[in-house]
Amino acid sequence: MLVSNIEIIPGRRVVKHLGMAQGNTVRAKHAGKDLLAGLKNIVGGELKGYTELLQEARDEAVQRMVAQAEAMGANAVINVRFSTSSVSAGAAELFAYGTAVVLE
Amino acid sequence: MEFIVLLTLLTIGYVFGRLAEQRHFASIREREQEYSDVLAFSARFPPPTTERIDAVLVDGNVVVAVDYFKMTAAALRNLLGGRVTAFETLVERARREAILRMKANARAKGASQIFNVKLETSSIGQGASGQSFSVEVYAYGTALVPTGTAK
Repeated sequence: MLVSNIEIIPGRRVVKHLGMAQGNTVRAKHAGKDLLAGLKNIVGGELKGYTELLQEARDEAVQRMVAQAEAMGANAVINVRFSTSSVSAGAAELFAYGTAVVLE
Repeated sequence: MEFIVLLTLLTIGYVFGRLAEQRHFASIREREQEYSDVLAFSARFPPPTTERIDAVLVDGNVVVAVDYFKMTAAALRNLLGGRVTAFETLVERARREAILRMKANARAKGASQIFNVKLETSSIGQGASGQSFSVEVYAYGTALVPTGTAK
């Protein structure tokens, strides 16, 4: 499965458009990690725990999008976009969407 | 008593936050040199080529927290209005770091060009601690990998 955020893949032709494929996940922060992050807020710097958490969540959103595209019979998802929104104070939603297509 | 605690927090935030930021910027400059051969474009379409290439999604993210001093400085700035320099450097740092991580990801896949680079910034505020503020920057784009060389 080819996943890309450009609309035209060089050297490949879109044979069929299948519509939008999407995947999302809502993640809450671990209370312990949150406490550590609070301490880190005194000295500043990177919050590695959050960086990993968000990356994992985003990978999962992409996986769900890919699974949906596969079910549609696509072999590629193009023009992929990501979006993040905070649902409540402690949770964030990560959303990935793109166009499922069949490339020759 | 409360005043002493506040002053201690401010001093710790100022000293360590400043040190961490200087070190981070030095590391960013160094790695930007190192990755200067990986080009990132915000153009939507790659130029036509006769070479066989594969398109691969590459990304990089980072979450950076503000220190106590910056938070206080920004709160004071909020009364007067104007440029919040404390936050400007914070977001710049995060953005450059995210782009560098994306470039590192692209190089690991054998690419030297990234197209349609998008940057997304979101603030992760207000945890259980009540007053924390941190910013996440996510950079993503399509790396062009010559066919057959993908690692």
